[in-house]
Amino acid sequence: MSTLIFRTTAPYITALMVLFSIFVLLRGHNEPGGGFIGGLIAASAIAIYGIAYGVEAVRRALYIHPNALAGVGLAMSALAGIAAVFAGKPLLTGLWFITEFGGMEVPLSSVLVFDVGVYLVVVGSVASIALALEEND
Amino acid sequence: MTPFAPQSLLWLSLAPFIAALVAPTLVRMTGAAAGWLLAVVPALLFVFYAGLVPDIAHGERFTYGVDWAPSLGVRYAHVIDGLSLTFALLITGIGTAIVIYAGGYLKGYAHQGRFMMYLLLFMGSMLGLVVADDLITLFVFYELTSITSFLLIGFDHKREAARRAAVQALVITGGGGLALLAGLVLMRLVSGETSVTGLFAAPDVLRDAPAYTAIAILVILGAFTKSAQVPFHSWLPNAMEAPTPVSAYLHSATMVKAGVFVLMRFTPVLGGTALWEGTLTLFGGLTFLTGVILGVRQTDLKQILAYTTVASLGLLVMLVGVGTAYAIAGAVLYLIAHALFKGGLFMVAGAIDHETGTRDITVLGGLASKMPITLVAAVLACLSMAGLPPFIGFVAKEVLYDGVWKAGGISPVTIAALVGNALMFAIAAAVLLPFFRRPGEMPKKPHEAPLSLWLGPLVLAVIGLLGALLLHDTMELIVLPMASAVAGTPLTLDVHLIPSSLKPPVVLTLITIASGIVLFALFGRMRSGIARGLTAIGWGPDRGFDQAMSALVRGAFAITRVIQPGTMRFYVSFVFAVLAITLLVPPFLDGLPTLEFIGTMPETYHFAVFAIAIVGLLIVIRAKTRLVAIVSLGVQGVMVALIFMLYGAPDLSFTQFMVETLSVVILALVMTKLDLQASDHRSPWRATKDGVIASLCGIGFALMLFQVVQRPFDTRLSDFFLKYAYDIAHGANVVNVILVDFRALDTLGEVAVVMGAGLAILALIRVRPKTAR
Repeated sequence: MSTLIFRTTAPYITALMVLFSIFVLLRGHNEPGGGFIGGLIAASAIAIYGIAYGVEAVRRALYIHPNALAGVGLAMSALAGIAAVFAGKPLLTGLWFITEFGGMEVPLSSVLVFDVGVYLVVVGSVASIALALEEND
Repeated sequence: MTPFAPQSLLWLSLAPFIAALVAPTLVRMTGAAAGWLLAVVPALLFVFYAGLVPDIAHGERFTYGVDWAPSLGVRYAHVIDGLSLTFALLITGIGTAIVIYAGGYLKGYAHQGRFMMYLLLFMGSMLGLVVADDLITLFVFYELTSITSFLLIGFDHKREAARRAAVQALVITGGGGLALLAGLVLMRLVSGETSVTGLFAAPDVLRDAPAYTAIAILVILGAFTKSAQVPFHSWLPNAMEAPTPVSAYLHSATMVKAGVFVLMRFTPVLGGTALWEGTLTLFGGLTFLTGVILGVRQTDLKQILAYTTVASLGLLVMLVGVGTAYAIAGAVLYLIAHALFKGGLFMVAGAIDHETGTRDITVLGGLASKMPITLVAAVLACLSMAGLPPFIGFVAKEVLYDGVWKAGGISPVTIAALVGNALMFAIAAAVLLPFFRRPGEMPKKPHEAPLSLWLGPLVLAVIGLLGALLLHDTMELIVLPMASAVAGTPLTLDVHLIPSSLKPPVVLTLITIASGIVLFALFGRMRSGIARGLTAIGWGPDRGFDQAMSALVRGAFAITRVIQPGTMRFYVSFVFAVLAITLLVPPFLDGLPTLEFIGTMPETYHFAVFAIAIVGLLIVIRAKTRLVAIVSLGVQGVMVALIFMLYGAPDLSFTQFMVETLSVVILALVMTKLDLQASDHRSPWRATKDGVIASLCGIGFALMLFQVVQRPFDTRLSDFFLKYAYDIAHGANVVNVILVDFRALDTLGEVAVVMGAGLAILALIRVRPKTAR
């Protein structure tokens, strides 16, 4: 499937999709989106890159093993939940910090960390399955 | 009354468990002395319980306890009456001797610490059982004795015979324990009482209840399995696979009497009926005879003793069944006598084994001069076992003959007692053969056993003698309180060591001794005759147990083969068939929903989306190759995503798009990766079957959806989320807020599942046999 057109456009498509997936991830709290969908989009992006350039290229580009990515994600989600306990609240309660940045209100929260964790788990798991399937050994 | 703090005794009875905890360390630190040190615990307990004897003899009875699980009405409570006190004295007293003995017997053995731990755990369980007042506490300790004896019997776990014996004991006694649990629960339900004491306060409640038959049978079943009554007897001789100190303790002196204890404990509330008396007398008598007959046939000293234990337990159960005052007193006396002589004889057998390397009575001989102290202990114990004066075994036999004679003259029970006792006499004589007959080839050169090995048997044998010589005190302090507790009413008995006149019991005793001597003369011939007879029958409960177990395994395999054939196709069809049934049954029971469309008529372009979805579906069905099927399934899925979008579920639609895309990619990859056929070959029959299941699922979902939309929409949840999503969770997208905030624990679990599934799939892809690549 590595036609010239596909190979030429694949990096741009992948880059755009990854960017879009992060956008979807971050807007999720107020607009359609979120960690799960974002993760799926990023995983599709990785799959497209893999189809065009092969598994080796993807592994090089990812730098981290997808399974490690998923593990980090799961840990992030869990820690974001446990953080609430240390703040004296029930497990998995959202913690919010509203900060001013350049005149704009930027809300930061443990919920965001949780969602990023979900994103990483989905990207890592799906990508590692897709890569394992693509790999010709 | 001796002042004592009941609560302290409550915790003291747990002392064996604490001793068990420290036992391994103690053995490692002190080596051979550990037996003597650990024996301090049961010895102290013995002293404590012995201090209660005068009070109990005066008719006192102590109950005390603490709440254990108050919400379930379960207390950790004790009752100390004649019955539990006698048992407690036996357990702690003989326990002391056994712990010392085990220290010497297993000297230098690598796992001695573990062994001591199990032994003490067992002691604690047994003690907890006999003093338990609460019904559930009683059951807990009852099962603990099963579990700890499993550990002890299977202690030498490298031998298959030991493992089998342990499993057999656990299956039989544990299974009986479940029956007992059911019986105890029924007792609680029927009477509303949670304790033994409470039951005794209204003794007729259970007997008058409609559930009486069930309760009695369940309790009897529990007791019979534990006390090795026919046909559950085979586990006890097999349990001789355990090291000898174990045999001496749990399989003669205490554990196997747990069943007898349960029967005695509940006789005041369950006894006195035809069912109770008939069953106990019949099975007890059968067990008595089976035990002695099978015992004659053995040549292994331990096996002989094991079968006479079976016999003795049968005798005890029979006497409890007869239930007259003298029969119960006979049972009590015999129980004490048996504990004393059998515990001692097992230790003697162990000492002989230890010093000569064999237990075969056809080989052993000439030990009288080599092991004189052991000889004294053995002779005293055997005289008691044979029922000769002036030993406690003799008194027991007199009283029990009195009991069965007064109950029915020359009855089957009397004859069974007579035959059994005569055989017991012969066996007791045979047990002494190793000391007197000409020696055969023994593996080791015999010499006297060390102090720790002969002390226990000698002390027990002497107590058996003293108990009879001081009969008046024995009766007043021990036997009468216990017999009264078993009967449920205070008893008075007239018992003398020396018979004053030629009453029926004396005649029976004389017959027993005479026929016993004759039987002993014929012992060798009897043994070969019984062996021939058993070979001719060729089947027994022991083999039956093996057959039942292998039938269980085969049955499990057969069922597994049917419900788990290992083909994915079957599982998927099964799951969807069940789904179709669950979906379709409610509408057919409650009536079909009206099939009218609720909502606004869709726009024209909506129809285009539907049309494309349906076309995609048709192509999937008609597709000749898998790739076409996958892609057209993707088309159909994308159209469904569009429908979600059109009807206002952007999050869902978004996810659906991505899932569809990825599933097409991954399915295509799977297809190239796995060596699947390019196209789908299905027999017409299977295609029809799959089609029917699929259509039924589809119809089911359609009906369910019709039903859902026709109900008034309950807006409470959506109102709540819409109202609070922004206030509490600072998010405008309710779906996402629910996912990451309100139901974050669910999401966390799901994410963990995603990752786990991912790893599992990786493992499936990677770990394939090399040939498949």
